[in-house]
Amino acid sequence: MKYVYDLHKIMIANNLILVYEGEFTQEITKSVLAMAERNMDAIGEIANVKRKVFNVMVECLQNIVKHAEDLNEKDEDGLKNNAIFMLGKQVNEYIVTSGNPVRNEVIPNIQGKLEKVNALDKEGLKELYKEIIKNTEISEKSGAGLGFVDMARKSGEKLGFSFEPINDEFSFFTLRVTVPRDNS
Amino acid sequence: MEIINLEGTEETPKVVLDKDNGIFEISGRSLPEDVSAFYGQVLQWLDKYAAAPNPETHFIFKLEYFNTASSKIILDVLSKLEGISGAKVYWYHHDDDEDMEEAGREFSDIVDGVPFEFKTY
Repeated sequence: MKYVYDLHKIMIANNLILVYEGEFTQEITKSVLAMAERNMDAIGEIANVKRKVFNVMVECLQNIVKHAEDLNEKDEDGLKNNAIFMLGKQVNEYIVTSGNPVRNEVIPNIQGKLEKVNALDKEGLKELYKEIIKNTEISEKSGAGLGFVDMARKSGEKLGFSFEPINDEFSFFTLRVTVPRDNS
Repeated sequence: MEIINLEGTEETPKVVLDKDNGIFEISGRSLPEDVSAFYGQVLQWLDKYAAAPNPETHFIFKLEYFNTASSKIILDVLSKLEGISGAKVYWYHHDDDEDMEEAGREFSDIVDGVPFEFKTY
């Protein structure tokens, strides 16, 4: 049972206030959001920061839900319910981190969108947001990267990401978004 | 004309569309998984309304939060209003919610055929 204590220590050491691992659905998204909101309310977090964290969390969680459907339908690889979501709280910032398996062939697309977003400043992100929203159909499942643009705007920082190989077909995509606490 | 009156939930906004009483409002939170399913009825209602609108249509958006999927369909709603003469958007935001104010200003830049008035609450 030592792993329980170890896990507890890891969470404390990394200032993780919320960790969820497993299946991601819209219902679970709502529960995770409610827990995070309660947590931020309890410490009296200011409304502006709370809204930005909520915003980033929604985009992050809904990305996972949406793209879990792209994985093997029969789940022969056992990867479908294998995603993780974490919320960390430091003195100066909140850190929203997610990890989920993606097909190797979609990596260049995801990476391209993230690099494009990271290369832009505040004004550039605003223009990209407008351009995408004007030219995208709702039915387009990928969302054309509007979620990443929105996360970057709410964050004000670069989006952190990595792809860790799982096997020939899949990699584990990790996304890290920070939200400053003292952005009054 | 039929009235749409939907109570808000933790993931969908309150919607009131009432031609006879001149009430047009979308408020609260909008983060449904399937935005098309939720907003389809709103867009259909507006198509019918546009055929015989009131002389004035004061459309209130009083959103606390919306996800990026909703933002695209909110733009669709606003685009419908562009085609209705006498339509005006009242965009509400919390006093300290600059992001919501900016979102409204961006929408008003894109949808230039309908006037916007910004209000705080």
